Amino acid sequence: MLDFDILFPSVLNGITTGAVYALIALGLTLIYGVLHIINFAHGAALMVALYGVFFLKEKLGIDPYWALPIMVPAMFVLGYALQRGVINRASHGKDENILLVTLGISIVLENLALILFQSDTRTIETAYTLNTVAIGPAMIALPKLVAFGGALVVSALLLLIVQKTDLGRAIRAVSKEKQGARLMGIDVDHVYAMCYGLGLACLGAAACFLLPAYYVNPQVGSGFVLVAFTIVVLGGMGSFSGALLGGLLIGVVESVGGLLLGESLGQIGIFVIFIAVLLLRPQGMFGARA
Amino acid sequence: MSSTRRQFMGHSAVAASALAFPLVGGAQPATIKVGVLHPVTGALAYSGQQCRLGALMAIEDINKSGGIKSMGGAKLEALLGDAQSSPQAGTAEIEKMNEAGVCAVVGAFASAICLATTQAAAKYNLPHVVDVGVADQIVERGLKNTFRFGPGYKKCAEVAVANLHVLNTAAGKPAKTVMIVHEESLFGTGTANLLSRELPGYGYEVKEVIKHANPTRDFNNIALRIKQVNPDILIPANYYNEYALLVRTLQQQKITPKAIFSVLGGAASSYKFVKEFPDAANGIIDCNHWFNPKDKRSAELRKRVEAQGQFFSYEVFMAYTAMRLLADSIEHAKSTDRAAIIDALGKSSFSDHIMPYGPTKFVNGQNQGAQPLMTQVSKGDIKVIIPREYREAEPIFPMKA
Repeated sequence: MLDFDILFPSVLNGITTGAVYALIALGLTLIYGVLHIINFAHGAALMVALYGVFFLKEKLGIDPYWALPIMVPAMFVLGYALQRGVINRASHGKDENILLVTLGISIVLENLALILFQSDTRTIETAYTLNTVAIGPAMIALPKLVAFGGALVVSALLLLIVQKTDLGRAIRAVSKEKQGARLMGIDVDHVYAMCYGLGLACLGAAACFLLPAYYVNPQVGSGFVLVAFTIVVLGGMGSFSGALLGGLLIGVVESVGGLLLGESLGQIGIFVIFIAVLLLRPQGMFGARA
Repeated sequence: MSSTRRQFMGHSAVAASALAFPLVGGAQPATIKVGVLHPVTGALAYSGQQCRLGALMAIEDINKSGGIKSMGGAKLEALLGDAQSSPQAGTAEIEKMNEAGVCAVVGAFASAICLATTQAAAKYNLPHVVDVGVADQIVERGLKNTFRFGPGYKKCAEVAVANLHVLNTAAGKPAKTVMIVHEESLFGTGTANLLSRELPGYGYEVKEVIKHANPTRDFNNIALRIKQVNPDILIPANYYNEYALLVRTLQQQKITPKAIFSVLGGAASSYKFVKEFPDAANGIIDCNHWFNPKDKRSAELRKRVEAQGQFFSYEVFMAYTAMRLLADSIEHAKSTDRAAIIDALGKSSFSDHIMPYGPTKFVNGQNQGAQPLMTQVSKGDIKVIIPREYREAEPIFPMKA
């Protein structure tokens, strides 16, 4: 049987990985849960953000963490423009069109990346990539701890925006009653685009936290997007705390699964949970209002 | 039907030009197109680029020293191909190279890619010199066009296990248990299977065999497994990135087996790894492709590679010698005819090379004299420890008592 010295580091590893999953899922839950837009381009957008962080480091020597003030606004602008300029125009307000448009965007982005950057898997080296922090018997990589802390801060900020600002109130209003919000003078198209922008801004932050301990290639997003969908379903659609807890839980399941079943089979636990939640509690852990 | 005067003139002109061309060709030797096919993008990009470097340096050297002399000093011209780290892309490149009229191909580094490219080339009777590709299936399918200069993984695994036993016995048998970590494609899986079969015969218990994908960016779980199983010896069989990350994660997690004993370890005998992570690399033993350290030309080649800002990795000298072998065979074939080159390769006794193989002798496409050497990293350098005739340093085993 596994002893504590092995299991504990694995769980901690899972929690730190899960925090980044949560960050990606937060963006998705904002777009998917609140605005009912199924964003298939989420993985591709994460890939774009990762390349952004990569080239900022390689070409300009900007540390991934210092890239945060660049990547977060840049991804926000990209998201706003994509929603306003492409998704909104091409979908004509129909949900099934949105699905196809975002799928199309993801295919275009991935293939553009293939043309521009080839299929190389790229990594960056930072001075702290291999630094570790001892927590009890566990040695946790420093970038993962930073990612954990960063993910919590970004989630708190997002929650603050949605709960306390006018924009947040507008987002909630649009999500509950689109026509009513429009009658109250809310610019629905603007709110949609702001929301999409915020969702992608989360990815910008996630990319900055992810790259010091991860890699980027044109297909990198697809692995995350499946996990993120699972988290959104697990936590309850549109629920921020659900996404956060769901992310952490999925991270732990993946890590311990990998330890027990081997690296290739370890992810099976994630999808078992996905199916179990759909069968037993379709509204998710915190999704009471579905 | 008698032909008109105009038709006669036309035919004569065609005949005259056809006769004239060989004369022109004789005066100005044509170039000989050879395919240089490697995975220069994708997960294996580093190794593929190193291979390409080696093959191109060989072509440069051959052309500088007068080209193919039996063909009037014809120069070699490389047609570069990118296998994109996938067998399918490798096969597609072979099709293109065949269309472009290459007379032979050197490549394609990874076993899984070589398996596909040799087969694709066989359709066109296109000679294919395998530069690395250690899986023995590559030369065991009866393909007449396929020749491998270096040793296969069966040979490497046998040599490695026999030598491990010698080292362990000399040290008073401190090591009894083994754990194997391998990449999941043909090369790693095949090597791991061979090792799992060989090791118990010498009295070692294989505690666990773990496979991982390419790329893997987190070895923490595998490191934790290693910590739990606590084997005396860890045997990694994987490509550069994963090998380097695995060893660094072990260092990070403060896990120290008695020995890290690699078989065809992707980074174990790599100057790049030793330079970048001297502490993590120190003491690592590897059974791998290695040049004859007593041959002065290997040191010269290393200097030239390093002068270009590159590392003298096994990919470089394997592809370099593979290209030289092909050039030697074209020299003997006196022709770019594919069948003639295959015939010359089959009869080759090429000995003007820097590898510890002796003159080549191909049986079913495998060079019989090919053998790996055992190396160990010490004090920031890589030294041959076994066999004795190539020894540069005494082996240190176990790493930690």
